[in-house]
Amino acid sequence: MTLRKQLREKISAAFYRHGLLCASYPVPIILFTSASILTCCYPLLRLPLPGTGPVEFTTGVRDYSVPSHEPQGDLGERPDWYRGPPVAYIQQVLVKAAVSPWDSSLVPVDVFRSPLGRVFSLLEEIRNHVHSDSSGIRSLESLCLQVTDLFPGLRRMQSVLPEHGCLLVSPGNYWQNQRELFDSDADLLKTIQKHEPKGLHTSATLRDLLFGVPGKYTGVSHYNRKRVVTYTITVVLSSYDARFLGSLRARLKQLHPSANCSLREDHMVHVHFKEEIGIAELIPLVTTYIILFAYIYFSTRKIDMVKSKWGLALAAVVTVLSSLLMSVGLCTLFGLTPTLNGGEIFPYLVVVIGLENVLVLTKSVVSTPVDLEVKLRIAQGLSNESWSIMKNMATELCIILIGYFTLVPAIQEFCLFAVVGLVSDFFLQMFFFTTVLSIDIRRMELADLNRRLPAEAGLPPPKPGPLRPREVPPPPRPSPHTITLQTPAFRNLRLPKRLRVVYFLARTRLAQRIIMVGTVIWIGILVYTDPAGIRTYLAAQVSEQSPLGDPGGAGLPPHLGVAPVFRGGDPTSTLSIHPAPDPTPLPENQSQGHHGPARAGLLPQAPPAVPQITWGAEDEEGWRRLSFRHWPSLFSYYNITLAKRYISILPVIPVTVHLSPQEAIETRHPQDTRHPPPPIPKVSADLQTDLTLYKVAALGLAAGVLLVLLLFCLYRVLCPRNYGQNGVSHGRRRRGDLPCDDYGYSPPVSEISPLLLRGHSMDIECLASDGMLLASCCLAGQIRVWDAQTGDCLTVIPKPGGCWEQRDGWDGVGGATEPECLCSEAHGSYVGIDGLSEEEEGYPLRRRTAPIRPTLFNDQPDLTPLIDTNFTSQPPSHLLSTPPRAGFDFGGLVERAYMEHEPPSPSAYTSPSSADWESSVWAMELRGNLIAAGRSSGKLELWDAVEGSLRCSNEDGVSGITALAFLNNRIVAARLNGSLDFFTVEINKPLCLLQYRGAPLRGSVPPSPCYSSEDVISCQLTRSVHAAGRVVTGSQDHTVRIYRLEDSCCLFTLQGHSGGITAIYIDQTMVLASGGQDGAICLWDVLTGSRVSHVYGHRGDVTSLVCTTSCVISSGLDDLICIWDRSTGIKLYSIQQEAGCGASLGVISESLLVTGGQGCVSFWDLNFGDLLQTLLVLDNAAIVCDFGSELSLVYVPSVLEKLD
Amino acid sequence: MSLTLTAMSDSTVTSGRQQWSGSGQTLQPPRGPFISVITNRTTNLLIRGAMLFSVGVFLALVLNLLQVQRNVTLFPPDVISSIFSSAWWVPPCCGTASAMIGLLYPCIDSCLGEPHKFKREWSSVMRCVAVFVGINHASAKVDFANNVQLSLTLAALSIGLWWTFDRSRSGFSLGVTIALLATLATQLLVYNGVFQYTSPDFLYIRSWLPCIFFAGVITMGNIGRQLALYEYKFIQEKSHQD
Repeated sequence: MTLRKQLREKISAAFYRHGLLCASYPVPIILFTSASILTCCYPLLRLPLPGTGPVEFTTGVRDYSVPSHEPQGDLGERPDWYRGPPVAYIQQVLVKAAVSPWDSSLVPVDVFRSPLGRVFSLLEEIRNHVHSDSSGIRSLESLCLQVTDLFPGLRRMQSVLPEHGCLLVSPGNYWQNQRELFDSDADLLKTIQKHEPKGLHTSATLRDLLFGVPGKYTGVSHYNRKRVVTYTITVVLSSYDARFLGSLRARLKQLHPSANCSLREDHMVHVHFKEEIGIAELIPLVTTYIILFAYIYFSTRKIDMVKSKWGLALAAVVTVLSSLLMSVGLCTLFGLTPTLNGGEIFPYLVVVIGLENVLVLTKSVVSTPVDLEVKLRIAQGLSNESWSIMKNMATELCIILIGYFTLVPAIQEFCLFAVVGLVSDFFLQMFFFTTVLSIDIRRMELADLNRRLPAEAGLPPPKPGPLRPREVPPPPRPSPHTITLQTPAFRNLRLPKRLRVVYFLARTRLAQRIIMVGTVIWIGILVYTDPAGIRTYLAAQVSEQSPLGDPGGAGLPPHLGVAPVFRGGDPTSTLSIHPAPDPTPLPENQSQGHHGPARAGLLPQAPPAVPQITWGAEDEEGWRRLSFRHWPSLFSYYNITLAKRYISILPVIPVTVHLSPQEAIETRHPQDTRHPPPPIPKVSADLQTDLTLYKVAALGLAAGVLLVLLLFCLYRVLCPRNYGQNGVSHGRRRRGDLPCDDYGYSPPVSEISPLLLRGHSMDIECLASDGMLLASCCLAGQIRVWDAQTGDCLTVIPKPGGCWEQRDGWDGVGGATEPECLCSEAHGSYVGIDGLSEEEEGYPLRRRTAPIRPTLFNDQPDLTPLIDTNFTSQPPSHLLSTPPRAGFDFGGLVERAYMEHEPPSPSAYTSPSSADWESSVWAMELRGNLIAAGRSSGKLELWDAVEGSLRCSNEDGVSGITALAFLNNRIVAARLNGSLDFFTVEINKPLCLLQYRGAPLRGSVPPSPCYSSEDVISCQLTRSVHAAGRVVTGSQDHTVRIYRLEDSCCLFTLQGHSGGITAIYIDQTMVLASGGQDGAICLWDVLTGSRVSHVYGHRGDVTSLVCTTSCVISSGLDDLICIWDRSTGIKLYSIQQEAGCGASLGVISESLLVTGGQGCVSFWDLNFGDLLQTLLVLDNAAIVCDFGSELSLVYVPSVLEKLD
Repeated sequence: MSLTLTAMSDSTVTSGRQQWSGSGQTLQPPRGPFISVITNRTTNLLIRGAMLFSVGVFLALVLNLLQVQRNVTLFPPDVISSIFSSAWWVPPCCGTASAMIGLLYPCIDSCLGEPHKFKREWSSVMRCVAVFVGINHASAKVDFANNVQLSLTLAALSIGLWWTFDRSRSGFSLGVTIALLATLATQLLVYNGVFQYTSPDFLYIRSWLPCIFFAGVITMGNIGRQLALYEYKFIQEKSHQD
């Protein structure tokens, strides 16, 4: 034994024990796992929450010094980002300018033209300011942040934003900081608007950048009520020099004193920006997440055969996610701080760790034999897959190890995370998922038990499980013969996934809840990321709503008296601008103004004339009103990122500028006066905010109503079903919504009624059909040939010995045991006489049989009334004559025949002593007008179907023929002893003289005969199906064999089942499906003999198998119909039937499945898994149903049903 | 990345067209409008091509963004528009190339007579796409010490991708061939000045090109094969009908 094998066995054993452990103590293990997950995730609490909003930190100006890079432990309140110098210092000069006193001769443009014009002189002043002291001479050039090129994508901003110099931004940038350009500009507003982006924009606009205050506060518009223009000159400094800034501040204040300004100047604010996630970065991220979800979806879709698919899928996802969290937590615990962007690498980690192991585990456990104990199943499933799981894990670890040696830090970190994630994932799989799986399997067993028990006890209605009807409704058409299994509306409908999702959404009101939660989250995020913005916005709203003249009135009493004071002081202040050098004496009278609140009463008389310049607390940090992306976007124009860095904003320098009306008129552009005066600016201004509010409200309401209507329509369209009233919807669905409508077929209720073919005295044993004719054989050995279209009985081939002997045998008197050959000869001559006129001959034959009925029906007295009343078109009196011709059309072709092989069971009324039964027909085939019948004595007979004459027979074999296949000129017979005989039928003459050429004797006739009996004697060939020149047999020795029809050579022996083969299907595509007693279904490729897929679907035998072009349908002893996808082997869905209702299957069209079981025939819609109709119920144990349909399917599929 | 698929299209257009131009076939008697449309081979081919095309365009746009991010740390608001406007022909070319490759792979599989059976599931395909995006991500976001390291890492990753999701020799050889041809075509384009790299570091770009090409070819082939499964199914159905 090699080391590998030893290792493998040890691993397998360990997994087995582990599986036992997990399944034995599920609850403690789950508790333990949860505890360990929580423990490992605990360090994550210390990680900062993700967010993009900037963080602020305020320090004093006086004792400011650039923070050092090293973290200092003593300063507890300092945030950890406050290290090192900031990217830049921002010095804003906040200018408020107004023309005062306001003159009625002034035009609206004057409100902002001359105040804006003043920016150029201020700029000059700032640029040329020089501070000199003992340490040297400093100018702005040496201190400011020097910028280079603009970002390449911003060519059109080149004219506006500064390049190759100081980053100094002001409204003057619109005119290249040149007074001449400004003066010659005819339309200032147009120039400003020119650079605004079209449509919606979220980030800071150019106007905000240059003005430094939000657009609505600038006052640059024609409708400015306050007539105060506000803008800033923003100076970006690279280094901080307190003395220079101090002198600049003093200088500006001296030039333009702001009298009533009490702004605090002792605080500087440091703003730290998080990693900016722009939409461009979001797109790849979103894409990876979409791919991730698709991966998870496609993976969890494969979970099958469990009690709760969604539960297990959730468990799988939880496993992976919590393993990731654990890995991050563990890494944090051991001091590895994650530097990677978690959101970005997360999908890749999930993909690396993968859901495969979980799926493999589930599949393995599910495919263990169902009759085992749950514990053992889990243990077995685990140990089966142990080797592959370990191998995969080792491979992945190896790959990650290789990745670790790339020595790239980012990849190394990723690999570290992945390793820890893999290990924790393994841990969770072993402990968490396995336990969940064991619980699930146990639940399934319990449900199974519950469902089985009442069925076996014979309790009729109360069946727990998904199929239980809420109440038993009266059947829609109460007739003694129609039994609905359950009313379709009450069935657990197998709807398509799309509809199920919609139903789910509709049922749980998921969309509404998600929208609600989303809104709440969104608001929360807004508040979380931009608290200052919302607060200032709200504050602004409040202040705007207050009446005119109020701002600064009640709240700020010291400012009240400003206007009258200034009126007097105007000339001096305007004059003081030009003679800059000499310091303006600090006017005492302005301070007096503060003491005159009594004059407040005079104020309302003059408000329109005098614009007030007030300085409030909101001006102190005016930048707060800007978008929080303001600074990042300004810097990003120069390709400087602020992500994870901070800037320091220095206290603003207030500048108040008052201009005289003369000055305003002087600076006018000639075209300004031509500008039309604003149409009733007052009204519009007053109503503007209100109107906006109303508009928004109306729009919101309309949108809401529209949305509700849309959702309602969607709901009505997608969910036409009325849950409460089954009757109405039932009818509607039947007529209109059937998918079969594509094929021009809809099964109307009235047209499907079976045609009753009567004549057999005993249970029907075999059935064969070729579309035109239908041959049936009963237990008594009598063969009848029917016209499949009309239901006429054409020929009766009685059993050797005749019907009368049968009846004798039935009566208990043993009939004479005649030799077989004699019988057949006698019979042949007997039928041979009336070979000319089939029909006339056929009727007398049946008439002879008709009188038998009463005697037989003594045993089953309740049968006749049951049958007859069902068919309204056929009067019961019709029985004696020909089988009734119903008033409807039959489908022309009966496509398939089902050979129900049932060994002659010693039922109650078949006396085993009678020797006649030994030669009963076990298998029958009909081709053309030839009937091949294989008898239990091993005799093969060939009858003419029309004439009822025996063409030939072969008695070489002694073992009973269990299955027959008749194709072209070949007959293949499988015998009880496992031998397979190939016969050739030779048609020499057009007169249909037949001759056997093939003989089971070895080598007797050269060309074709063959005898192949490789099987052990005990094994029994149960099925043989043929197609495309191949004969396929399935036997009790667990093998499927494929023979070639021409030379009867065994091509393949397919092994894969662990039980006898019970069902086989093959079609022209050379795909073979086989089902066995082990409940497994195998799909094989006949050309290569390879197994395509192997699935377990049933508990117990697979009784029947049918394939359509897209799916494989199987039914089993567990009354379950499973529909599998043909190419992938994935189970699409399964239908649970009532006990004994699904013994055999047939497919009429692509989407119509027919099941016939003990006493009922059901139609199923394959696309939906929906029960269409249960046709009829007959209390006959051995009912065989055959379905014919025309190829065009315009006609109704008819159902032929027979009983004795 | 944009450059990548462009070149792919150049190299595969010639080979792909001829093989698939004559594959149209008349339709069987109808069984329903949808089924018949699906069953029609030409239509099916067109549908598959369209799907592959859209996937290619989408990936090209997204990966283009990733590559642009390599040089830009932060996006000014109008960079996105400039991305979409600068080289409008790049995404369609990528789409065409991916359609060609996605159709070529199953064709070659059927020509060689060895159907690809390794991991034919959508989940595996999704995993493959995710790894491909991850490789692009790594090449765009991770800072490598030098070019050799970058290209070696990327090569290892690409081969790992092939080994994990493909493992077919035909896929490998086709991938290598197309990658080489595409790199060559790209170089020619750049020499002739049709296309320019945003980053002037020429050698740097060249080092990661073939690996990305290779990974892209493998991914697209994977998607194409998975899509071809459906066609196979329908052809089966048709022959069954016959």
